[in-house]
Amino acid sequence: MASIEFVNVTKEFEKKEIIKDLNLRIEDGKFTVLVGPSGCGKTTLLRMIAGIGPQTSGSVLLNGKDISNIAPGKRGVAMVFQNYAIYPTMSVRENIEFGLKNNKVNKIERKKLVESISEAVGLSEYLGRKPSTLSGGQRQRVALARAMVKQPSVFLMDEPLSNLDAKLRAQMRIDLIELHKKLGTTFVYVTHDQVEAMSMADTIVLMNQGLIQQEAPPEEIYHEPNNIFVAQFIGTPPMNIGELGVDGVRFGFRPESVTASTEPVESPFTLQGEVTTREMLGSETLYQIRYKETSFMIKSLIDKFSVNQKIHIGVNSDKLYFFADDGDRIHKDHIHYRDYFEALRGY
Amino acid sequence: MKKYNIWLSLDYILKAAVLLSFVFPFIWMISTSLQTFEETIKIPPTIFPSSPQWINFVDAMSSGPFVTYAKNSVIITSSIIIIQFLVMIPAAYAFAKYDFAGKKILFGMVLIAFMMPGQVTFIPIYLMMADWGLIKTLVPQILPFMSNAFGIFLLRQYFMQIPEEIIEAARLDNASEFKIVWKIMTPMAKPALATIALFSFVSHWNDYFWPLVMTDTNEVRPLTLGIAMLKQSEGISNWHIIMAGNVVLVVPILIVYLLCSKHIVKAFVYSGIK
Repeated sequence: MASIEFVNVTKEFEKKEIIKDLNLRIEDGKFTVLVGPSGCGKTTLLRMIAGIGPQTSGSVLLNGKDISNIAPGKRGVAMVFQNYAIYPTMSVRENIEFGLKNNKVNKIERKKLVESISEAVGLSEYLGRKPSTLSGGQRQRVALARAMVKQPSVFLMDEPLSNLDAKLRAQMRIDLIELHKKLGTTFVYVTHDQVEAMSMADTIVLMNQGLIQQEAPPEEIYHEPNNIFVAQFIGTPPMNIGELGVDGVRFGFRPESVTASTEPVESPFTLQGEVTTREMLGSETLYQIRYKETSFMIKSLIDKFSVNQKIHIGVNSDKLYFFADDGDRIHKDHIHYRDYFEALRGY
Repeated sequence: MKKYNIWLSLDYILKAAVLLSFVFPFIWMISTSLQTFEETIKIPPTIFPSSPQWINFVDAMSSGPFVTYAKNSVIITSSIIIIQFLVMIPAAYAFAKYDFAGKKILFGMVLIAFMMPGQVTFIPIYLMMADWGLIKTLVPQILPFMSNAFGIFLLRQYFMQIPEEIIEAARLDNASEFKIVWKIMTPMAKPALATIALFSFVSHWNDYFWPLVMTDTNEVRPLTLGIAMLKQSEGISNWHIIMAGNVVLVVPILIVYLLCSKHIVKAFVYSGIK
């Protein structure tokens, strides 16, 4: 059980500031996902918690106590690495056991722990095998077991699913959610994949260029993005953004909030455009619609439109977003909100 | 088609010639070691002895304190290899994975040491050892080879290829640096270590120059000097006895080579787990 707090943390790599004066609190027992494009500093934060990449200044608190001077192995945290970082010369059992041995856990206790954990992750039959004889998914489980067996108060995971194939990844997502529910410990998970973030997180911390863009539960991140970056990072395809032509303001709407029809539609924002591409995905279909100089993506359950067809699209007022010229969201209570809304009618 | 056959057979002839030029000295050595004295001086030379003279080996062994020579050789070479490993592994780990002041200069010094022939340093070292009164011991043949610059270099390259995450994972597993070096890095570097051990073994087992300079009594002489002395012990050269001694000298190298060979190729191709 542990909460983590970053207080005025900065990190420099070769004089380049990667993280600048960052403050963040990670709640005890929550599944927190740090997400963002590569180079945004999310792994850097994770490594600070682990103690394998200390901050340049500021402090990292674990349960309110500064852990900056505590060795990685004594922090009560465990980490699963992207490339698993399994010790290749040790058997699966030795890999899982290594941390326990270093922590002077006695032999009987060790045997019990290793066996119960390997049972839980389905590795019992492989305890004597060398990692090189295991599949990617099994290695992933070894890395997970190695972290679990130490019964840490914090689980750190650095893109642990990125080396797995799509099917296995979907399965592991469910396994991790269940694992978190069962253990109830703090999980800090780093990924660049917004699907992983949305599906597993209690709280998403979305980062870009060393700054936190938004920190919120998945629903809020999706429905109430703070700025254009968040709006476009979450959701596939990303939110459509168009120039309003007033004060540098931009408007946006999600591809899936569009009503599309061959007949004119009743909506505060409508336009008629031409289908330029069509991607049939099974349950839904993606269309790219060209309108004047720009194009918008729409996601529709209707798959009967064809390329070059002219169609009408409409978006309801509660699905429309406005962003100021610096990219920040313009909320409904903004004094000019109605003006921008009216301007959009004439788009 | 015909032309192709000519080239192919030429290819084989060349290969056979190269093979023969390498193998022939060995064959001749083994053959001579089993001949009688008359056979060794006969013209044309004998290739297959009429009956193998195993007694030559006994003669070679009993012509001097051979057991002492062999014991010295074994002690010298194995001590050198053990000490080198103890020095080299932590040194290579530090050079590969740590950042510290003076790292570049120190590594430069390792490389200079790597290129420095023993002939440059033997006089000062001899004087130093004599000063310390160590000439009648095996120390002058072991101590100067404590560190192996080539080994540090090769092992550093090997360690550099081992992903940082494995070391970080070990740190998170509460492993001390000592444990990381000996329990994680060293087992992973087995192929490189086998290669270094073999090179080191061959060069010190076969070393003639250094012990020649550093010894003045039979008690501390290794096999190479003992065998060279077979030549001087009689007026004319007893090639069959000398060759028997040489066979004794070469056999351990072949055994060590056979033990190490499967690791050597791996040393240059790191096979980590992705």
